[in-house]
Parts: sequence; C-alpha cells; structure tokens
Amino acid sequence: MRIYLDHNATTPLRAEVVDAMARALRDPFGNPSSAHAEGARAKRALEGARERVAALVGAQAAEIVFTSGATEANHVAIHGVAGVAGDRRLLVTSAVEHPSVDEPAESLHAAGWEVVRLRVDRDGQLDFDGLEAAIGSEPALVSLIWAQNETGVVSPIARVAELCRSRGVPLHVDATQAVGKLPIDLDRIPVDLLSASAHKCNGPKGVGFLVVRGDRNLAPWLRGGGQERGRRGGTPNVPGIVGLGIAAELAAADLEQRAGRWTMLRDRLWHGIEAKTPSVRRNGDPASVLPNTLNVEFTGAAGEVLVEALDGEGVAVSAGAACASGAVHPSRALLAMGRTAAEARAAVRFSIGHGNDVDQIDRVLAILPDLAARARALAAAEADTR
Amino acid sequence: MSERILVAMSGGVDSSVAAALLVEQGYEVIGVTMRLSAGGSRCCSLDDVEDARRVAERLGIRFYVADYADAFRREVMEPFADAYLGGRTPIPCVACNGRFKFHRLLERARALGAEAVATGHYARIERDAESGGWALHCGADPAKDQSYFLFDLGPDQLARARFPVGALTKSEVRDRARALGLGTADKPESQEICFVPDGDYARVVEALRPGAAPGVGKIVDGDGRVLGQHRGVHHFTVGQRRGLELALGRRVYVQSIDAARNRVVVAEKNALGAAGARLAGVHWVAGRPPEAAARARVRVRYRHPGAGALVVPLDDRSARVEFDAAVEAVTPGQAAVFYDGSRVLGGGWIEEALS
Repeated sequence: MRIYLDHNATTPLRAEVVDAMARALRDPFGNPSSAHAEGARAKRALEGARERVAALVGAQAAEIVFTSGATEANHVAIHGVAGVAGDRRLLVTSAVEHPSVDEPAESLHAAGWEVVRLRVDRDGQLDFDGLEAAIGSEPALVSLIWAQNETGVVSPIARVAELCRSRGVPLHVDATQAVGKLPIDLDRIPVDLLSASAHKCNGPKGVGFLVVRGDRNLAPWLRGGGQERGRRGGTPNVPGIVGLGIAAELAAADLEQRAGRWTMLRDRLWHGIEAKTPSVRRNGDPASVLPNTLNVEFTGAAGEVLVEALDGEGVAVSAGAACASGAVHPSRALLAMGRTAAEARAAVRFSIGHGNDVDQIDRVLAILPDLAARARALAAAEADTR
Repeated sequence: MSERILVAMSGGVDSSVAAALLVEQGYEVIGVTMRLSAGGSRCCSLDDVEDARRVAERLGIRFYVADYADAFRREVMEPFADAYLGGRTPIPCVACNGRFKFHRLLERARALGAEAVATGHYARIERDAESGGWALHCGADPAKDQSYFLFDLGPDQLARARFPVGALTKSEVRDRARALGLGTADKPESQEICFVPDGDYARVVEALRPGAAPGVGKIVDGDGRVLGQHRGVHHFTVGQRRGLELALGRRVYVQSIDAARNRVVVAEKNALGAAGARLAGVHWVAGRPPEAAARARVRVRYRHPGAGALVVPLDDRSARVEFDAAVEAVTPGQAAVFYDGSRVLGGGWIEEALS
C-alpha cells in the first residue's frame, strides 16, 4: 500500500464527495441559468454548494464566486481590482507567493504598475514593518498568501487585515492551503477577497472560489453570460461545485479535531527524522505553521532524488516545484528565506492529510534515514565533478 | 525482488527499445530522461520528454526527469565553445557520454537502489576471457556503431553499463519498437550535436561565449603568405573548403588553425594528409597502456572507417599515432579511438596532426 504524504499538492476525494458528484453528473444536468424545472434543479444544487462554502469561511453565500480553481480566483481578484484602480497603480505582495499571484503581479508590473514584494525572515515570517511602510503609499491592493504551500508558514492575516482595514486598503488573501486546515472566519477577520480551491481539501480538481466581501466593484475577468453576478462568465461546473460544497461541509465539520491529529502525526514524523537522520533542519517557523506541513532540509542531499527514492519505496512526497519539462528550480520561497540554491534543493516537503495514520508515519521513518544517506552520497559525488 | 536497473531514455527509438528489452528480461526498470538544456535544444525538448514518458507508461515502469541543464552547460557546452575559440574542432558527445552521462546516471542509480545503468547505445560490453576484465566492442550494426563515443568509460562504469540494443541492427530495433507498439518506432534519427541542431557552430559558440569570438583574421598558405581574410577562426575546421571565399583559381582547404594569431592556414588537397597524430588524455580500456606499441585500426572522427596505424604509448595519458598511409583531416579536438577488430583498445584526444 502506498503512503501519500503530498496533500499540499493535491488530495484524494472523500467518498462522500465522489458519491455526490456521481449523482450530480446525471441529475441535475440542467443549466442553472435556465427558466425551466431542469434549470431550477441545477440552480438549487449550485446555491446549496454556495451556502456550504460560505459557512466554511464565515462569509455570506452571495459573496462566493465559483471559479475553475484558485489560480483563476487569484486572477479574478488581482486583475479585477487592478481594472478599476484608476491611478492607484501600486500592488503590495510578498516574496513567497504562489506563481498564480506572482505572475499576475508581474504582468501588472509589465503594464507599468509598481509592485512591492515584502520580504520574509529566515523562518519565513512576513516583514510586518515593511507592510506598514508600504501601506503608507496607498496601494490599490495588498495580496498575501495565508499559508505558504511549500513551508506551511502561516501569515499573521488577522493583524494584516486590521491594518489594511484601518487604512482603507483592500486585502486579497490566497487561502488555498489554509482552507480546511485552519479555522477561517471572515466575519471576524476583515479580508476583502479570498481565494481557494476544492482539490486541496478532498474535493475535485478544476473547481475553486473567490470570496468577494460586501459589494466590491471588480472588473470581470471572464466575460460573457453574466454568471456569478457578472463576475465570472461561463456556465458553472455544477457537478464539480457540488463536490466542492460537500468537501467544504466535511472540512468544516471536524476541523479542530483533524488539525490536532495532523499535528500529532507531523510532529511524530519530525521527531523521528530528527532522531534518526544526521544534519537535518526544519524550514519554516514551527510556532506558526500549518498543522499538516513539514518541510525538511536534508543538508547536502538532492531533494528530487530523495523524492524518487521514496517513490520507489511507495511513499509520495515532494521537493522543489518541478515544471512539466522536469526542470528543477530551487524553491523561490526558500531562497526568499535566505537559503542558498543548494540548501533549497535539499528540501523535501511532507504534507499530511485525510487517511494518514501513525503506522504509515512509522513505516516512512523506518526507510527514510537510509534513503537520505544515499541521496546525500549522490549530491556529494556531483559536487566532486565540478 | 527483481534487480533494479536505470535506463536513460532520450525519447528516441533506441533507448525506448533498450528499456523494453530489460522489462522483458525481468528487471525492475526505472526510466530517466536527462534534461540537458534550459531552452529547446532538440535532444531534450519537451516533446522528447513526453515521448519518453509515453513509452515508460506503455511499459509500465517508473519514469523521472532529471534536470542536469546547469551541469551540462558548464561541463559540455562551454568547453565545446572554448575549444572552438582555441582553434579546435571538439566532439562534445564523447565527453557527454562518458564522463558526464554515465557518471551522473550511475550515481543517481545508486541513490535509487539500482546497480546498473542502461542506454540505447550501439555498442557491446563483454567479459575479457584473458584478463577477466570488461571489454568494450562495436555494436553489431556497423552503420550505427557508437563505441567511438564510449572509449573514455572507466572500468567501474563499464562494469555497471548495459547496452541492450548493442547486439541488434537499427532495423531490428525499429521492428521491435513496432511490435511493442512504441510510438517512437519511426521517429527520425537525431543528427549532429544535440545543442547545435542546425549545424551553425559559430552561432552557438558566440551565444555561449558572448564577446569572445575573434574578429576578422588572415587566411595564409603554408609559407605564411596572406591569401585573404576570414570572419574568425571559430567558423572553420580542418579539411573545410566552404566559407573561405578565396578566388585563387585552385581549390584549397583548411590545413590547420592558429587561434593565437587568429589565422587559418590553407593548402591544396594533396597536402592535407597527416602521417600521424599526437594524443593527450589517452584512456586504455584495459586500465593501463600496453607494454609495447600496438597495431590498431584508428578512427579519427565518428564517421571515419579507420586507418591502420601503430599506437605508441608515451606515458599513461599520452600517445603518438603513426598511420600506415597518410590520413586526411586529422583534426585537433576530435577523438582518435583505437580498435583491434571490433574491440576498443582505447582512445585519446588529438592535440596535433603530425606531418
């Protein structure tokens, strides 16, 4: 049996989600925009999911815009605000964003915007003083990641939101990794825009959402049809959205208990690695990290080779983000934390989720030291040839 | 549990069949495509990676892409450019196949718990009955033999290398690929040097070493008489006729290149022959030079059928080759590889042609 410890990449669907989606693929098949009974059934399914998602994050159902995923939600948010920003052409973001925020930021920069990327410290924590300073220049938008996908470091979004609200600056938060792992209550934390996807919390791929608080004016990203209150054209993916709704309901149901369990497994893994493997260190502030995420530098090893070696023994984890052609780029997040390219390359991410148990963690710990030693020998041999 | 073996899969038909044969033989096969170029060089474009991935899926084997773009540039491409700028005509495929590829893949194999590395090379490795060591032989298909590129493999590398298609001909390999339903069965051959797909060496050299290309220089004859001008020595190789743009009323060819003075020396065809060559970086497959000078067939470039010669070891790492009859276009930077029948005795890098 394989051991899947890569839940920050994607998650398996919960059985309840699969069942609900399988039913929804047949019925309701209607177009939610249609006036007839078939349309009304689809509309009901859509709105039911909208309420479930709203409940997960403490928002109103009318504030949820369904998208094809968090990448699209990030585009809707950033380009949506930029499109109505007028002369306020300043975006404040950070050096550890996901590419789906970083690249829209870069395209604004190419269009003449000023983009401030806040730094992080060696633990991955946001430079809050830098944020206070940047907010003084009245940016059109602050866009920050809630929980970093590679390190799991959690940003102080409550403080950030209070600051932005007090200065009247809109705040977008990419909460893709936070949703389903941290309690999120937008009624208490004044975030204006929040992105997330279904497949990071045991829902289907290709579905996500953007929360748009209040009646904020956004330039539409996908035009045509006027769906989602004119914010996202296109006939909605009803079965996928139904799946998202069930995943959201399940994620909200026992969040605290689940997070406690993941923390226990994650800590067991880290203590085991630390005890049995020389020269390891943990990346990211252990005091402010997702309950499921452990990013470890196996100093001197080639992370991607350790991933392949673990794969061969039935364990799925990940190293630095690899693109379709297999290029290994050192993690931007780790470089931003002051790591060298070699240190960043030595990092491996373990991310725990639904279905993992103590026995699996112990089985990983039984094989890891040996595999890590071999991955280190490889890196040393490669360095020798230089 | 079956023995693990790592196969370097380029996305071409030869390595695809190599992987398939090993699967048939019962190995646990791991496919790896080496990503050698940050851009779109032909040998490792995204298409080739996807071809390799499809073959791996078809064979039901694990498959990974290994990123060696930085090291490849540093250890293969840049030395290639520097050699051109130094008036040589390098053959980067030897350095790539020997030191670069096998070294890295064998280390990676170890990290993945595999002891051997297989490739789609047309060459054979056999146990030498006399010494008990490993011997490198030509591939069974004389038109495809690639042993020339492998002369520099060390004993540890030979012991752990596997060439599953070495005993087959190219058409047999294509037949096997078709029979197995591999999508790469009829893929065209890769030609030339992978990172110089259009044969424009000078442009690649200029891109790798911006600003380092020499400017206009003189074309001279053997007596130093100036016959014309050229655009920089990196545009020329020994034996070349095109691009000289001389109107002398007779055909002349590049006889040698003097990079230090940015000069191209030309001569008529009958003066191009070399009586011998001085070699550096000599590697003997047996591990040490023979006690006395060795009779051998010596190939002075990949497509060269070979010429009878005496190879005289000077020390462990250098040798002098004395050809039975003059050989044309003996070119500094190319490898000279020594054969006894089908067996590779060793080889070295041509430092200079001897007249």
